[in-house]
Amino acid sequence: MNTLYELRDLGKLYAQQLRTTFATMVQYRASLIIWTISAVLEPLVYLVVWTTVSNGSGGSVGSYTAGGFAAYYIVLMLVNQATYTWIMYEYEYRVRQGSLSFSLLRPVHPIHADIADNLSSKLVTLPLLLGAALVLGLLFRPSAVLQPWAIAAFLPALVLAFLLRFLVEWTLALAAFWTTRVSAFNQVYFVLMLFLSGQLAPLALFPGWLQTVAFVLPFRWMVGFPVELALGRLGPLQAVEGLGMQAAWLGLSLLLVRFVWKRGVRVYSAVGA
Amino acid sequence: MPAPAIHLEHLSKTYLVPEREAGAGAALRSLFHRRMQAVNAVADLSFDLAPGEIVGFLGPNGAGKTTSLKMLAGLLHPSGGECRVLGHVPWAREREFLRQITLVMGQRNQLVWDIPAADSFELNRAIYRLAPADYRRTLDELTGLLELGPLLRKPVRNLSLGERMKCEIAAALLHRPQVVFLDEPTIGLDVTMQRRIRAFLEEYNRRSGATILLTSHYMADVEALCKRVVVIHHGRLLFDGNLSDLLQKFSATKTIVVQLEDCVADLHQFGEVVDCEDGRFTLRIPKADTAHVTERLLTSLPVIDLLVEDPPIDEVIDRVFNLAPDVDGSSPEEHG
Repeated sequence: MNTLYELRDLGKLYAQQLRTTFATMVQYRASLIIWTISAVLEPLVYLVVWTTVSNGSGGSVGSYTAGGFAAYYIVLMLVNQATYTWIMYEYEYRVRQGSLSFSLLRPVHPIHADIADNLSSKLVTLPLLLGAALVLGLLFRPSAVLQPWAIAAFLPALVLAFLLRFLVEWTLALAAFWTTRVSAFNQVYFVLMLFLSGQLAPLALFPGWLQTVAFVLPFRWMVGFPVELALGRLGPLQAVEGLGMQAAWLGLSLLLVRFVWKRGVRVYSAVGA
Repeated sequence: MPAPAIHLEHLSKTYLVPEREAGAGAALRSLFHRRMQAVNAVADLSFDLAPGEIVGFLGPNGAGKTTSLKMLAGLLHPSGGECRVLGHVPWAREREFLRQITLVMGQRNQLVWDIPAADSFELNRAIYRLAPADYRRTLDELTGLLELGPLLRKPVRNLSLGERMKCEIAAALLHRPQVVFLDEPTIGLDVTMQRRIRAFLEEYNRRSGATILLTSHYMADVEALCKRVVVIHHGRLLFDGNLSDLLQKFSATKTIVVQLEDCVADLHQFGEVVDCEDGRFTLRIPKADTAHVTERLLTSLPVIDLLVEDPPIDEVIDRVFNLAPDVDGSSPEEHG
């Protein structure tokens, strides 16, 4: 019964944070446009490169035709946007400014405000990105095999991907408790993400051993897997496997978050506050 | 005897701070060997606050006031000692504890910058899970006491410093905390605003019975609000008692202001001449000699006006702060 009230109050908190973030974001229209442009630009570059390579290699690279690449990167753009966080920069800033102290004074775990803020920012930019996806679709003629069951599995896969990525990046953001030089730390993560999540190239194009590495690590399950699922490139068994890996990594990261958070709070020296 | 609202016992906090001299050579050396300096920010601090007390927490810059407040609020883990606030261990950060305290830091904003203060208040309402009726009532009361009316709908970034501070204080008190920590709440505010906030704090304490621990560099704050002061210096407790006792103990002098025709007369035989302007002499004399010197002044000079005063409180505090040599030896700096 108590938990029910807690969940209800948590829901109210999320709703209020949503309103707050929304109100703040609409004040910064220029930066919204810029942000959207950069969210579109990166996958667009890969799209152009790979379709060019594909056309120059006799029409396809591995199991991807030019149309296949176009479909891949358009969906990747949307999935990446859905799972993306900027929380690592946020925490570095907060520790330096001392505003983290205020989060610590509140009787609610700061991760909730962060999740709510992340989601509501994306709600604002979603229409812009869907528009961009439409335009890219018209320009590049994507092709994919759409399976109803795969589309149905896509939604839970996307939610799991979001949660997994958020928790992992939030845990990494807590490095700000120990060092003021979080950026250097982040770079390693970003490079790994770039190669092993399916952003640089679809993972199916990698050599076997690298694919195995990508299977074991969490990065593919944060971005690449939902994309492959939506495009009908995975069989039912692989889909189930993937969802299982997502769940496993999610469980692991929950434990990690709790562990690091507890330590971080102990070590917090309120520098700058 | 009710349990103390705040209880500290031998509380201490030591920071490890990397230290290095200026210059490129030193910077390079620090890559290989980092010298750490232990800074005893707080050492062996003990005192109790009864529920409903307003206590001033005084000390020069670097004395350990903010560090102590942060430990009491649960933001920092101490290096040693014990502490209980409302029966809880602060750094355990239990929800029940966090719901009953608040920390207001002067010149620091918890309010969201780009939206009206009222919206930030709503966020706090959701965070602290306040019932709508209670929230309304508290908000109305705070709006009345702090005169917030026209301010609530403006984005926080459009408010002046004083207006922002009023909203910050209101935001911090929405959940009617039983213990209020204030870290220099009036810093940077104009005289009128300072007085308003002082009056508000007094009224708030009277109405709610909240325990208030306040640090401030403005003696006017302390004079107006705090019967009791705790003085901390180099991280150690220097004095704990009534403000008037502090002044008695650390001021051995009285000030006599004598108004004569002009500044020509030589008053050095009566006492230390601090200043003279337009015939208005300011003398400093040992307290014990007050009656004697006053009589002599009145009988031997054409006195137009005479006033006997305690030394300005700032002067006394200044003397207190400049006392007590480094007991530790490990404190790296005096002030600042």
